[in-house]
Amino acid sequence: MQDFGSAVWQALGLVASFDRDLLEIVLLSLRVSLTAVLAAGLVGLPLGAVLAVLRFPGSGLLVVLLNAMMGLPPVVVGLVLYLLLSHAGVLGPLNLLYTPTAMIVAQAVLVTPIIAALARQTVADIRGEYREQLQVLGVSRRTEVATLLWDARYSLLTAMVAGFGRAIAEVGAVIIVGGNINHVTRVMTTTIALETSKGNLALALGLGMILLSLTILVNAAVQGLRATAARTAYA
Amino acid sequence: MHEAAALPVSRRAEAEGAVRPLEGLGLRVERAGRVLLDIPELRMSGSEITALMGFNGSGKSLLLRVLAGLVQPDAGTVLWAGRPPGRERARRLGFVFQKPVLLRRSAAANIRYALKVAGFPRAEIAGRTEAALASAGLQGLAGSPARVLSGGEQQRLAVARALALEPEVLFLDEPTASLDPGSTLAIEALVAGARGRGTKIVLVTHDAGQARRLAQEILFLQQGRLVERASAGQFFTGPQSEAARAFLEGRIHI
Ligand SMILES: Nc1ncnc2c1ncn2[C@@H]1O[C@H](COP(=O)(O)OP(=O)(O)O)[C@@H](O)[C@H]1O
Ligand SMILES: [Mg+2]
Repeated sequence: MQDFGSAVWQALGLVASFDRDLLEIVLLSLRVSLTAVLAAGLVGLPLGAVLAVLRFPGSGLLVVLLNAMMGLPPVVVGLVLYLLLSHAGVLGPLNLLYTPTAMIVAQAVLVTPIIAALARQTVADIRGEYREQLQVLGVSRRTEVATLLWDARYSLLTAMVAGFGRAIAEVGAVIIVGGNINHVTRVMTTTIALETSKGNLALALGLGMILLSLTILVNAAVQGLRATAARTAYA
Repeated sequence: MHEAAALPVSRRAEAEGAVRPLEGLGLRVERAGRVLLDIPELRMSGSEITALMGFNGSGKSLLLRVLAGLVQPDAGTVLWAGRPPGRERARRLGFVFQKPVLLRRSAAANIRYALKVAGFPRAEIAGRTEAALASAGLQGLAGSPARVLSGGEQQRLAVARALALEPEVLFLDEPTASLDPGSTLAIEALVAGARGRGTKIVLVTHDAGQARRLAQEILFLQQGRLVERASAGQFFTGPQSEAARAFLEGRIHI
């Protein structure tokens, strides 16, 4: 066990030297989480918008369910996905267990309800304002959904960022379906967990710093974008 | 797009079905046991300008929404050219809300959007957008975000957007209530111009001066009932109902 001060110094050294292993882990993390968020957005944004616009039997229940699913425990998602992807599982033949693809699926499952629920709220707010005007223009349901999604685009970025934050910070699901295999499925969070348990605090701390900086950076960028949009009345 | 999209406007109206005359039969709206609207019979035809007047809360906005198909009456029916309202034919109506609802896009994009949804041919959209902006004196603001425009500019844009669709009927709900005299006259000029092109106008206004300047027919509402229907000349010289007299004299009417 190193002392904390020297671990921090060493961590800074690792980050500053663009350590190859470190870089590989960071890039895999980004690839997995960005892909997962993109996939989740592709499903979650339209789903949220449709739930904001359409009332059908069971839609209320679906919204309650969706909101509840925002808090899905990652380890449970990991476990269920593990059972599905393992040799004996329904999806076993796909041979996806312990691959980055499995991790993408796991994170997408976790993040889709978050994006959908936030999108539903955002779109519902704009719809309150637009509904009668769109009705007077004779807009179809499909066009209404598309219009609301487009006009809410800057606010929806916030939903995407919330999803990204959840995805990139998540350990429980990716460690189960990814297996934390060196050079294959090792991402920032799983590496931090592993290296900390091994007492290798420098690498863990270095990754922690990068993870934190990335999260702050992404949030700042989106907030800046939204502020600009709000100033020009596009948000 | 469906077939009607490629037709010229006059034919388009036929293809989608006309909306005039507008009729209301046995219209009744109740909320929480209160009767908000109770109008046995109302028929609006011709291409004159009809002003809906009455005290605050007399049901003017509600009646406008019911006639435009935005609010379902609890009893009675609205008929557009003899048939119940439908989404396709909603495009033959224009509606300008008291507080204009503008999309989060540029002024020009707001008009383009309406034209596109209404099924105007692609090739005509740019030209019609330009003409609509110019008619409202907004050509210099085409690229500006609609929602940073001044109140007067926003309302002019909302009227221009509605008129770009060449509606058969245009509803306006107190379109100049919060505007200065200059903007008010600009809106009135747009409305009068539309009337000249054959659009039927139904205008809610508190402003007797405005009704005098624009309207040929006055409907006076009181507590959800139509208490007076008269030509403008008749209404302003000799209103028949006590409520209308009180309204015109600026008295408080209980
Ligand atoms: N959706 C609604 N639910 C309940 N009450 C309503 C609703 N819409 C209008 N009202 C009531 O109906 C009455 C008439 O409203 P409105 O048509 O806005 O009046 P006006 O436009 O003449 O000032 C008011 O008392 C208002 O509170
Ligand atoms: Mg009103």
